Amino acid sequence: MSPTTRGIDRRAFLKMVGGGIVVLVTARPAALLSQDRRRPIYPDDLNAYLRIGEDGRVTIFSGKIEMGQGVMTSQAQMAAEELGVALDAIEMVLGDTDRCPWDMGTFGSLTTRMFGPALRAAAAEARAVLVRLAAKELGVAKERLVVADGVVSVAGEPDRRVTFGELARGKAISRLVDEEAVLRSVADFQVMGRSPERMDSPAKVTGAAEYAADVRLPGMLYASVLRPPSHGATLGAVDPSPAAAVPGATVVRLDDLVAVLHADPETAERALRAVRAEWREPAPPFDDETVFDHLLGSAPEPEVKDDRGDRRAAREAASRVFETAYRKGYVAHAPMEPHAALARVEDGKATVWASTQTPFPTRDRIAEALGFRPEKVRVVTPYLGGGFGGKSAGRQAIEAARLAQAAGRPVQVAWSRAEEFFYDTFDPACLVKLASAVDSDGRITLWDYEVYFAGDRGADLYYDVPNARVRVFGSWRGAGSEAHLFGVGPWRAPGANMNAFAIESQVDSMAAAAGLDPLDFRLRNLSDPRMRRVLETVAETFGWQAAAAPGGRSGRGTGRGRGVACAIDAGTYVALMAEVAVDAERGAVRVERIACAQDMGIVVSPEGATLQMEGCLTMGLGYVLSEELRFRGGKILDKNFGTYDLARFSWLPEIRTVLVENHELAPQGGGEPAIVPLGAVVANAVFDATGARLHRLPMTPERVREAIGAVAG
Amino acid sequence: MAKPIRFRLNGRPTTLETDGGRTLLWVLRTDLELTGAKYGCGAGLCGSCTVVVDGEAVRSCVTSIASVDGKEVVTIEGLAEGGELHPLQRAFVEHGGLQCGYCTPGMILHAYALLRAEPRPTRQAILAAMEGNLCRCGAHRRIVLAIEDAAGAMAEPAGGEP
Repeated sequence: MSPTTRGIDRRAFLKMVGGGIVVLVTARPAALLSQDRRRPIYPDDLNAYLRIGEDGRVTIFSGKIEMGQGVMTSQAQMAAEELGVALDAIEMVLGDTDRCPWDMGTFGSLTTRMFGPALRAAAAEARAVLVRLAAKELGVAKERLVVADGVVSVAGEPDRRVTFGELARGKAISRLVDEEAVLRSVADFQVMGRSPERMDSPAKVTGAAEYAADVRLPGMLYASVLRPPSHGATLGAVDPSPAAAVPGATVVRLDDLVAVLHADPETAERALRAVRAEWREPAPPFDDETVFDHLLGSAPEPEVKDDRGDRRAAREAASRVFETAYRKGYVAHAPMEPHAALARVEDGKATVWASTQTPFPTRDRIAEALGFRPEKVRVVTPYLGGGFGGKSAGRQAIEAARLAQAAGRPVQVAWSRAEEFFYDTFDPACLVKLASAVDSDGRITLWDYEVYFAGDRGADLYYDVPNARVRVFGSWRGAGSEAHLFGVGPWRAPGANMNAFAIESQVDSMAAAAGLDPLDFRLRNLSDPRMRRVLETVAETFGWQAAAAPGGRSGRGTGRGRGVACAIDAGTYVALMAEVAVDAERGAVRVERIACAQDMGIVVSPEGATLQMEGCLTMGLGYVLSEELRFRGGKILDKNFGTYDLARFSWLPEIRTVLVENHELAPQGGGEPAIVPLGAVVANAVFDATGARLHRLPMTPERVREAIGAVAG
Repeated sequence: MAKPIRFRLNGRPTTLETDGGRTLLWVLRTDLELTGAKYGCGAGLCGSCTVVVDGEAVRSCVTSIASVDGKEVVTIEGLAEGGELHPLQRAFVEHGGLQCGYCTPGMILHAYALLRAEPRPTRQAILAAMEGNLCRCGAHRRIVLAIEDAAGAMAEPAGGEP
């Protein structure tokens, strides 16, 4: 595929940005391919650029989007550092397909890891260009020049100086960087490694921050779209005449898409309710309880990820083989902002303001739906009100574009909360079946791991086990089988939460059976120095006292317990410890405190990284304790927050986080790792408190009571 | 057309001639183009649409426009005065009490009503008061710290400035 069909035309871009110094960076395929190895199509084209204007202001154009994870600020920090300017000299243009380089999407804790090096290289190259220009201007060798705050001056002679703006004046220089530039080292950092105020904060506390549903255009209409009662339902007869009779309402029907448009969104919604539609619904083949049998029955052939040693001999030698199945239901993304988009189609060009994590792929899908060439579609991404992996499909943007094309006026499609629950691409229901054994010295001798529909992220074994097999039956995408009745997709660390829940629960069970302290047991079986270090660090932060679990007793009253769990995710190592109080009669689990130690290599923004850890540990309590989609066949039973419980203020534990210093390693992922071992650390603490082992997420009161009852009985 | 609805909006007298059954949220977001109040659930379950009416935090998605007739409505756009951020807004910025920012206007206004009624709430009181406001990013810890900090700043005796 040629570069210009996917990305912006390079010459057109240079013409558009006008004068100044523009630095473009080509993709380094080796690093960028791993954005998604199943779709190795990352174009060999630009993937970052920045411009230094005649006023000395620096503009960074990035296809990444800001959804709360703080990459607007962290990208600016990286560029400011390499360029030698203050952070407030930088302006960010994010997720605009006409102005930014092609990007696959913002997910997978990849922005800093994968995009960061290209951006830093662009900035370092810009600095080199500026220093060469300054050497000429000031008539000295470039080795004698120093750069600070957007000014190049002669070392020791601060009056002999020239600003970036002066150097850029009257110039139209473009540079293409195709290899990794020499980057500044941690010891020299001025902007990276610090925690400036987030660039998006002021707009977000005043209501000025614009989200997709906040964009207003003259003459725009609001759409209410006819939705099926269940996934798999087919539309029969439709009579939209009662809706069309509502003053000001327009009914649009485009094959499967039936909508009422009105200048007032509430009137559009009311009018839609008047549409008479007949639906044929298939009989529900399974529900939220029976889905697991269905999944086992529809699993594809496994991918063998690991196969070592002699498992049969290890089984025969073992005094006991632990065979366990772990389960987890579907989990919603439930961002506070439901999907929204506003589309304008005129003069053969479409502009769509959309809440999406994938502006470029969404642009391509809109183009296909409209019958336009991709360059005739522009997707603009305002602030996103949360994504967590759930804003990748772009369905609402396509609907808005189709309706705008049909109506000849701008149309907004903003989903209701019920539509958000219906069309979510859920974290899939999944299972792990696991057999393991431990010897009398407390060393794991056997590991036979089967994961169904959670995929391989986090499935690899990091403990030292001589006889092991890891088999992956289907990915979290569910592709290649008829596994799911509705959409599934990436959810903050896709699949890894389930894999860590199974691995770390199992390890804990073996520690208990061996009569060993769970931290000691882990350290006995781990040689990876990064993992040992995060475990030792979290133990110190938490104040861990060695003892075998369970320490508490099952039965009446409130039992207290503590647990440990660890994981590797997005190149980052993370270890958690938690203390819980379990009300055995009610089955209620309260997480009282959590400690988190994380080694994520070089830290761009310590405060930003800490906020992400805290966010993971708070948001994650939902999938651990309460969140599970209820459904019957294709009918989604949860439609709003009245029945689907997110973590709330009263759940808030005391949280302590610590970043383990590792300056030897480039920045790794930070948006997801801390959420990964949360299920296990809470399950392990509940076990310590009660002696009851939970094998299913979420750990609802009913399931906790049942597990305690089984132990007590 | 029914009689006009008159109220004060962010300190300014406002008159609307519209169907009184419409919700305050959508009148704000469409007719008045104040989009700081967000739609989150449409059923009063999440708090993203919170505004302050006569000093009380209300869910504008389940509040009719007719019901604010004669009242004082404050939205997030009206909180900063003369370009100066309100102490709560400043505290949310300083403590990182926001990530995606979508729930933030509702959080700040709910806290604003809380601190008007109870200038020095305990942490337990803050947690209880904020319980109905949902945040998906998990900024809860920082939101609590911001409210505590703002309470301290607002409770300091006035007149200390030159």
